[in-house]
Amino acid sequence: MATVLYFARLGEQLKTSSEELSLDEMGTVGKLVDHLQDRGEPWSSEFESGRILVAINQEMSDFDSAISDSDEIAFFPPVTGG
Amino acid sequence: MSKISVQEQDFDVSRELRAICNGRTDIGATVSFVGLVRDMNLDDSVAGMTLQHYPGMTDKALQKIVSEASQRWEVQDATLIHRVGELRPADQIVLVCIASSHRHDAFEACSFIMDYLKTRAPFWKKEQLKDGSSRWVDARESDGHAAGRWEK
Repeated sequence: MATVLYFARLGEQLKTSSEELSLDEMGTVGKLVDHLQDRGEPWSSEFESGRILVAINQEMSDFDSAISDSDEIAFFPPVTGG
Repeated sequence: MSKISVQEQDFDVSRELRAICNGRTDIGATVSFVGLVRDMNLDDSVAGMTLQHYPGMTDKALQKIVSEASQRWEVQDATLIHRVGELRPADQIVLVCIASSHRHDAFEACSFIMDYLKTRAPFWKKEQLKDGSSRWVDARESDGHAAGRWEK
């Protein structure tokens, strides 16, 4: 099972900050996002914006990156620290 | 060598600057930057803000930014402190201290670290406004441009 995390505005809109997911055939971040969007609203529009960033095992990655069930995958809006 | 801290507590700039020099005689310059909470954003009065972060990733991301600065410039030591949790106007949010043989390296490294932190470290601000509402702060395009200039 992969751990999937949602931060800041994204977590608030989705009303969840983390879940455990079996990735099955979802070998890339993009495939996982397709799966999440298939859940309907608010998932489909939140991931539609094209402004969501992804980190795999705490390293910035992109939607083409490969993922497996042992990974921690985090989705979040552009960062606003400093 | 460098000190990285993500914390709720405030920090003391002069103490951090003394610590970074720590009796050394080979440091020619220190540069420090402090970011503060403003009481105004996008024409609205800000009463306070909450800083959220991604605990597993923040330290790693900050470490990576400081390492990259150390590879590009002569950095003898660096301190980077970022606060999280509840903050009010005039509170200190972030501190960068750089010690170097030369001022040019210290200024550049400090500026680079702030520009990269603004676009790569997983922190998010949520503002509470004086009218009682709250909103997540949007990333600024100008921060992306500021970070981009170091890639030229």
